[in-house]
Amino acid sequence: MNRINKLFQQKQGNILSVYCTAGYPLLDSTAFIIKALAKAGADMIEIGIPFSDPMADGPVIQKSSDRALKNGMTLNLLFEQLIDLRKEVTIPLIMMGYLNPVMQFGMENFCLRCSEAGIDGVILPDLPLDLYLEEYKSVFAKYHLKFVFLISPQTAENRIRLIDKVSNGFIYMVSASSTTGVRKGFSTAQIDYFERIDNMKLRNPRLIGFGISSHDTFSVACRYAQGAIIGSAFVKALHGVGDPEEKIRKFCHRILKK
Amino acid sequence: MNYEVNKKGFYGEYGGAFIPEMLYPNVRELQHHYLTILKDNDFQQEFRKLLKDYVGRPTPLYYAKRLSDYYKTQVYLKREDLTHTGAHKINNTIGQIIIARRLGKTRIIAETGAGQHGVATATVCALMGLKCVVYMGKLDVERQAPNVLRMKMLGAEVVPVYSGNMTLKDATNEAIRDWINNPVDTHYIIGSVVGPHPYPDLVTRLQSIISEEIRWQLKEQTGNENPDYIIACVGGGSNAAGAFYHYLDNEDVKLIAVEAGGKGIDSGESAATMVTGRPGILHGCRSMLMQTDDGQIIEPYSLSAGLDYPGIGPIHSYLYKIGRAVFENATDEEALTAAYRLTRLEGIIPALESAHALAFLDKYTFKPEDVVIINLSGRGDKDMATYIKYMEEIKD
Ligand SMILES: Cc1ncc(COP(=O)(O)O)c(C=O)c1O
Repeated sequence: MNRINKLFQQKQGNILSVYCTAGYPLLDSTAFIIKALAKAGADMIEIGIPFSDPMADGPVIQKSSDRALKNGMTLNLLFEQLIDLRKEVTIPLIMMGYLNPVMQFGMENFCLRCSEAGIDGVILPDLPLDLYLEEYKSVFAKYHLKFVFLISPQTAENRIRLIDKVSNGFIYMVSASSTTGVRKGFSTAQIDYFERIDNMKLRNPRLIGFGISSHDTFSVACRYAQGAIIGSAFVKALHGVGDPEEKIRKFCHRILKK
Repeated sequence: MNYEVNKKGFYGEYGGAFIPEMLYPNVRELQHHYLTILKDNDFQQEFRKLLKDYVGRPTPLYYAKRLSDYYKTQVYLKREDLTHTGAHKINNTIGQIIIARRLGKTRIIAETGAGQHGVATATVCALMGLKCVVYMGKLDVERQAPNVLRMKMLGAEVVPVYSGNMTLKDATNEAIRDWINNPVDTHYIIGSVVGPHPYPDLVTRLQSIISEEIRWQLKEQTGNENPDYIIACVGGGSNAAGAFYHYLDNEDVKLIAVEAGGKGIDSGESAATMVTGRPGILHGCRSMLMQTDDGQIIEPYSLSAGLDYPGIGPIHSYLYKIGRAVFENATDEEALTAAYRLTRLEGIIPALESAHALAFLDKYTFKPEDVVIINLSGRGDKDMATYIKYMEEIKD
């Protein structure tokens, strides 16, 4: 069974998924960060493929992508760095990135390398649903990769139903109409949206992402979904001096309040 | 041959709408409504009336006698430089602002490179009383200072963009991010034939007024509506798309698009997408794109801020692929020389972007009887600082 399905089967709530940008802060940080996150209690990890023009990202992830590219990160290198990781890490791993670098790498080749590295799912926010269904669904299926779709507060109900129908891992609920980035709390409109989606009784589990940065926002999100995804706040936490493993441990503990 | 987009917004393999889900409702809304609105009588009446009374259309088709003598051929200039605000960009913004109002939008955002599209957007926002935010790369804010001041005087907020190369590509990213964050009240007026479907088709149709006028104007002046050549500069490709549009089906009319060669194609510093790029996805559409082997976008270079874009409209990638249009390029220096030549021979100071189209006259020998139309996409006021800087270096 795919590790994503297994995770949601074994754990129904308080799932913590953490996003990190591959090649940030240092070119060879990625494998280390993934291992440290898994050790510190993350349930799932999204490995961000850096892109020069990340249109759905706010300043923190933009800067980390720039840094990663300057460090020399490429898809080829990333796959090389990941190859031995599965000997030590058992939690689900997801690749997240923009379409162009993946297209230039070749979609089939990308999926093949993902499966060789033990990747479980893929998020490509700018790959349209209809194109996925027409051209790429079978490629992802062939390599046993779950393709994860996003929904936002503006997504129409019938489209959410369609996305629920074609998904079989989880649904990525973008918490607000926004790019990625840290925000203070949730507005009542956001809570209404969380409730509305929760009441739809979708067949797929949901994780809420974008703007989650603290124990409080994490807990609120977990009230309305199976868990939450943290990106910018984690990337920010990697800034500065100090033992990285310790920083990661502290970060996860702060969110989970263990 | 079919030159229209298909239902999904593709010209052959180019185009489409590669957008994150957060943009889907906005883009879908536009896809649903744009053709109905464009074909609506009330829209057409308002659009046409504003083009006439406010923009100053039709713009003249001017037979450039001294330029023709110099190049020993028949050169006509389509004078988009004489439009209100000084470039073809306003044809698009007038159309899109009416559409935005119809869709109930109260806030307008735009990206700009040279500042011409920003000015054209700020202008129509003032005209319609809508809030306007223009994203502009920090570098362009500096090199196009007069246009920044114009936008501000028009009441627009100009947001300098510090990411990437701090030019047009980055301003476009930032405008897209704004739209993601403001999906309900905001309309994004893209300034060229780029972006997710329906923008390339929408902007092409709005700019097609250029070739619509050329047809009857040339017929009036020469008895024949068909020129031998139409030449236009291409950044994203909106003035070229507009100048080509009504001639696409007539293969006797040769279409020539001139990209920015910067410091030379082989210098690594150019914005000549067709020669240095390959298919890729940026800003929501699939088209030719300047990129590394890893699919990272390469920062383009051109002295002219309006051509400094790593992509090109999908319609052009398609015209290139099927061979319907020829894609050439002109360097900074060639464009400067051509700008001075037009100025000294005809008393017209062109925009540096348009000067790239003029530069093609130096690169090709036309027959004496050839009718050659140059789309003079804009005027050079905004480029005065650049022109003056090079005054000493331009010899003839
Ligand atoms: C005068 C002028 N011509 C041409 C362009 C390039 O745009 P496009 O290729 O969309 O016509 C610009 C862009 O700013 C411009 O200001």
